[in-house]
Amino acid sequence: MFTAAALVVAFAAVLVLYRAIKGPRVYDRLLAVNVIGTKTVVLLALIGFMYERPYFLDVALVYALINFIATIAFLKYRELGRLD
Amino acid sequence: MGGIILDIVLLFFLVVCALAAVRMRDLLSATVVLGAYSLIMAVIWTVLNAVDVAFTEASVGAGITSVLLLATLSRTRRGEAGFEDAPRRRVVTGFRPGNLVLLLVAVFTFATLVYGSTDLPDFGDPEAPIHTHVAPRYIESAYKETGVINLVTAVLASYRGYDTLGEATVIFTAGLAVIVLLRRTRE
Repeated sequence: MFTAAALVVAFAAVLVLYRAIKGPRVYDRLLAVNVIGTKTVVLLALIGFMYERPYFLDVALVYALINFIATIAFLKYRELGRLD
Repeated sequence: MGGIILDIVLLFFLVVCALAAVRMRDLLSATVVLGAYSLIMAVIWTVLNAVDVAFTEASVGAGITSVLLLATLSRTRRGEAGFEDAPRRRVVTGFRPGNLVLLLVAVFTFATLVYGSTDLPDFGDPEAPIHTHVAPRYIESAYKETGVINLVTAVLASYRGYDTLGEATVIFTAGLAVIVLLRRTRE
């Protein structure tokens, strides 16, 4: 059951990848990568249960914590034109 | 079976991401796509049971590398050469005989590597040479010789102490160079 769920989530990430590559504007790509990051968190948790190693939940938690760093940097760069 | 399909989907994702990042003329978009690449790469590390590498890939690959690439873009230009002139036009290069030679060299190298990899032991094979050569000795005597409980830490910080010192020196130098380059200059 966990395998099927992980497959569906991975397939959904591939669908979002279309928007990340095709997306006409940078914001489309940014949002797509953000969604892929969220999918990755769920995928990591599912993989942990799929291979019967539930401590992978820690990795998923760290992912959820650091997922937004790159997004914030991108938005700051778009708004200010620089990072410092 | 499901695990194999999941691996194939993830690897397909990686290949598509890498090709897209190479083909893009807009470097900002390529940076965004590389962030997605790192996210999926960390999932693959987790599937391979290398959780610490996955941690590193997630924080360094998806986080810090994107920020550093953005900092570089903010100091240089956003596109490759020709991006501002014709952002919509697709660059078509004609057929050159030199490219065919390069393709043949690449295919030959690929075939040689695949031929060499057919001799490799199976993934996770306990009888593989890497598991029977020095690993048992480390497992038996690492705690006695170094007093470190964690085996990986014992190898990295004690048996290969000078190697780790050299790596730390390289990372320190790289960090110093980044700080010098990206420092805010006062007019």
